Amino acid sequence: MINEYEIIETMQMFNQEHLDIRTITMGISLMDCAAATVEESCNRIYDKICRYAGNLVATGEQISKKYGIPIIHKRISVTPISIVAAACGAKDYTPFARTLDKAAKTCGVNFVGGFSALVQKGYTNSDKILIDSIPEALATTEFVCSSINLASTRTGINMDAVRDMGVIIKKTAEATADRNAIGCAKLVVFANAPEDNPFMAGAFLGPGEPECVINVGISGPGVVKHALESVKGRDLGVVAETIKKAAFKITRVGELVAREASERLGVPFGIIDLSLAPTPAVGDSVARLLEEFGLETCGTWGTTAALAMLNDAVKKGGVMASSYVGGLSGAFIPVSEDEGMIAAARSGALKLEKLEAMTCVCSVGLDMIAIPGDTTAETISGIIADEMALGTFNNKTTAVRLIPVPGKGVGDSVEFGGLLGTAPIMPVVNTSCAEFIHRGGRIPAPIHSMRN
Amino acid sequence: MESEKNTAVVTVLGKDRVGIIAGISNLLLEYGININDISQTILDDIFTMVMLVDLKDLQIENSDISEKLAKLGEDLGVQITIQHTGLFNAMHKI
Repeated sequence: MINEYEIIETMQMFNQEHLDIRTITMGISLMDCAAATVEESCNRIYDKICRYAGNLVATGEQISKKYGIPIIHKRISVTPISIVAAACGAKDYTPFARTLDKAAKTCGVNFVGGFSALVQKGYTNSDKILIDSIPEALATTEFVCSSINLASTRTGINMDAVRDMGVIIKKTAEATADRNAIGCAKLVVFANAPEDNPFMAGAFLGPGEPECVINVGISGPGVVKHALESVKGRDLGVVAETIKKAAFKITRVGELVAREASERLGVPFGIIDLSLAPTPAVGDSVARLLEEFGLETCGTWGTTAALAMLNDAVKKGGVMASSYVGGLSGAFIPVSEDEGMIAAARSGALKLEKLEAMTCVCSVGLDMIAIPGDTTAETISGIIADEMALGTFNNKTTAVRLIPVPGKGVGDSVEFGGLLGTAPIMPVVNTSCAEFIHRGGRIPAPIHSMRN
Repeated sequence: MESEKNTAVVTVLGKDRVGIIAGISNLLLEYGININDISQTILDDIFTMVMLVDLKDLQIENSDISEKLAKLGEDLGVQITIQHTGLFNAMHKI
């Protein structure tokens, strides 16, 4: 029998601490949608997505109602379009993005990820076409997300692609300048991109994945923060233990939802992504959770240590709650989507350099950070190169989602609305790295990649 | 997962007043839901009632029982939720 305390605790997690399932993401393979013409391929893509994901949103809502669990997003990830479109002979892949957008609209999901290419070792002709299509594709669609894997521990870093993506990010910002460069909020570059990630903007269904799969992303920084409030002043061993217990419970909710969604949709369950994903709502912030460790502001000395411990304890608690853990699985630190991060960035306590250090110990990278519109493409590539190096040489996933907002500078801020939040423009050190970026070529894989 | 029983937990949180139990029992009766267990306490000054109910063939997700209970809660000035027992078992049992 369940005891009363546990019931009340659960209610409190949902009602006051913002516990939710962040996303149920259905991965759909589009491998069989390749065709000799764009029209035929797009028709197959649209039909297949609608056939597989037609009931996704309704099923998510039913599960939400049955257990009283908020399920925030229902989303779709697909095979990287650079693979699917390769045979069609087109010189522009924007029609594929529009097709994904239309399918997302029909299914009622709020994002579809997979306008993607995996170029960690080099470009295929199709990869190059896809990358060149990104600015137009993101400017003319609403729900499509794009991700490019630029590096991996096994292959090293494709610096040609790092150079090109600096330019593409600038072009995407310009193409959506009338909407605060929102295109860049839907574009992310990775090192070691996971193939089963349910979170946007980086979700795609990797080539090693099954035909169709359900991946679930959990959330709950508020729950962990609340748990820490009860152990104020105790030593860090107690803190780690407390985080683990909270993470276990959160993950079990994810596991329950994932299993039930998988059963109802007749689609295999893939993974639970153990990530603490913040929202701009007060009480749902990773920054405030870090401050609960005893830091005056997120970004001050000690932040990286606290984040490392938090990230590790969440995984330790979570892995026992689910047999299949994957995706990004770590704390997210997107600046614009986190009320505490926004405040810390505004006060000057949180700087880009500190965020870079923090990405060494958590799951994503420099995420949802607005920078001055006059930042050069080379500087953006330099920031990307550093972040790719952190991921490649430390055998972990890192990512960059920067938004160079045209016409804005330090002191300004931009409003994206909804879960994308508000971003204060953060200062960027602007001494040139252009010569380094224009060298091109590949940074070889690190020595510890040779494990065989 | 459906090997477990089709039971749910109804939780009522808020300020005590006349008619809470009566209102809820009447609504549950309309749906043919049997009450297996009730416990009521005051936790941190909050009136807290937990009911374990048997849904038999009723599926929460396909009925309007959760909306009806939420609406009743609004009328009574308390918060009423119904959640399948599977949730609590998943979160609190290893």
